[in-house]
Amino acid sequence: MNNTTVVEVKNLTKVYKMGEMEVHALRGLNVKIQRGEVVSIMGPSGSGKSTLMNMLGCLDRSTSGEYYLDGESVAEMDDDQLADIRNRKVGFIFQGFNLLPRSTAITNVELPMRYGNSNNGRSRREAAIEALQSVGLGDRLDHRPNELSGGQQQRVAIARALVNNPSIIMADEPTGNLDSKSGDELMELLLNLNKERGTTLIIVTHDPEIAEHTQRVIHIRDGVVEKES
Amino acid sequence: MNFAQSFIEAIESLTANKMRSGLTMLGIIIGVAAVIAMLALGSGAQDSIIGEIEGIGTNLLFISTDNENVINPKPLTLADAEALDDPLQAPAVNAVAAAVQGAAEVSYSGESSVVTVIGVTPDYTQVQNMTVAEGEYLNDTHLTGQASVAILGANVAEELFGRANGIIGESVRISGQPFRVIGVLTAEGGSDFGSADDQVLVPLTTAQVRVHPQDTRGEVDTIYVSAISSEAVQDAITQVSNIMRERHHTEIGAEDFSIMSQQSMVDMMSTITGILTIFLGGVAGISLLVGGIGIMNIMLVSVVERTREIGLRKAMGAQRADILSQFLVESSLLSVIGGGIGILLGWAISALVGLIATASDFALNPVIGLDAVLMATLFSGAVGIFFGLYPANRAASLEPVEALRTD
Repeated sequence: MNNTTVVEVKNLTKVYKMGEMEVHALRGLNVKIQRGEVVSIMGPSGSGKSTLMNMLGCLDRSTSGEYYLDGESVAEMDDDQLADIRNRKVGFIFQGFNLLPRSTAITNVELPMRYGNSNNGRSRREAAIEALQSVGLGDRLDHRPNELSGGQQQRVAIARALVNNPSIIMADEPTGNLDSKSGDELMELLLNLNKERGTTLIIVTHDPEIAEHTQRVIHIRDGVVEKES
Repeated sequence: MNFAQSFIEAIESLTANKMRSGLTMLGIIIGVAAVIAMLALGSGAQDSIIGEIEGIGTNLLFISTDNENVINPKPLTLADAEALDDPLQAPAVNAVAAAVQGAAEVSYSGESSVVTVIGVTPDYTQVQNMTVAEGEYLNDTHLTGQASVAILGANVAEELFGRANGIIGESVRISGQPFRVIGVLTAEGGSDFGSADDQVLVPLTTAQVRVHPQDTRGEVDTIYVSAISSEAVQDAITQVSNIMRERHHTEIGAEDFSIMSQQSMVDMMSTITGILTIFLGGVAGISLLVGGIGIMNIMLVSVVERTREIGLRKAMGAQRADILSQFLVESSLLSVIGGGIGILLGWAISALVGLIATASDFALNPVIGLDAVLMATLFSGAVGIFFGLYPANRAASLEPVEALRTD
């Protein structure tokens, strides 16, 4: 395996059982993503785009197929191993920010480090401050989510996604809850972080404008890759 | 994830919903307070009852007729009592007294009262640890002469004369017959368990003939024996049994008399009050259980409310055990803090009841044992963990994808 390949998915399938019915969300999908790439995944609803995101983010297991994330085979892992690999190798950015409402920005950013075992309390705090500074929130460390604008909240979420130096960052409609100005700023920030840090960025979106910003667009339809552009 | 962090987080989450946390805790507070108060009052009552029994006189044995095992029991007589006072055959016996007792009307110039009148031999005051506040004790002359003399308990004197001193030489009527007061017993105070304050003592022979003739027919009700020391009580029982068996011609196991030691009374009362305490504590424990169910209820609600948060934590790498411990720490914190407050409240309640009891002349000193506190703490902690386990497990079992999708 090529050491610049960070995501390698082979023949991935996912079948949901809804009562008697079987829903084939993914039907033998293949994807390869190189380290440092910015990729968007697009597709109409029901295409299997969210399912693919859950698979790539190690939130769920596939029915069959292989998935190597940064050289580790994910397909065979149990729940706790998945939790561990999410912790070390995946950063998440959600449409609805998903910050802990009662916690300060810094505590929110510290959250992923709490579930890992690498850092002690002091270096955690330093790492969290460093991550918040890199998204331009060095002056908002002790603000709670309700004291921040939507764009600022999403930047806290980006800092949280970055802080464990993950192999990939999964962003699910990251600008979906933002006005167009904040959305543009946020995309700019994400692309800058990719340039400066070389972070691999996978954006799931249905917004073609967002997709235009990315080097590569993967179109999903009926559980397979329809085309790449 | 380290423990201190989950502890801080649990506190944050509990203080975010102060009203709810408070009400949930209230269930545990009431439960623990009830258990603590019940146990404290129960053991307080036990202590005071036993204290009173022990106050009757140390090393004391009671011999009475036992007509349960035997068809024709021989009555106890004064001669039996005299036979027991035998330093050769019964070296462990210090003093022996015989008594007949019954209720009789005692009156003095229009004031009258029905009290326990006990006909006794002179050693009675000695075996019962009684002293006279003024006047003299009964003596052998009174006994042989069937003298019409009486020693009054302090309350009886108070009731008839309005005072407990300066009444020596006065004449009272017992069952209509005149008796001269020769002494007043020292008040024991505070006790209502067969207290000598409410009794009148007269010579045994006089009582047999003139106070309780119909009941006694020359017999005695009880023979009191005091052993020379508390270690000698068992020896005294053996020696007394031998003498009594010989006199009554009975076999071992077919005695027509029974010997109760003060220790056996203490044991009996301890057992009774102990059972009562456990019963009361158990009833109070039910409210603790109900409090636990309250915790479970609120934790279940909390899990549903925080489904999305749980999903987020899982996405960030929280493992099953992390989520489990987060919710368990929360539920046990609720119950342990509640338990702590409950212990204080229970202590306050029992202290208050103790004060009220003391004010109404009933000596009750609530005892909060370390064991009760320890038990309440452990039990409430266990309640928190037990009733938190199901909700916590529910939270830990959530699928991250499902949990993140919830609004």
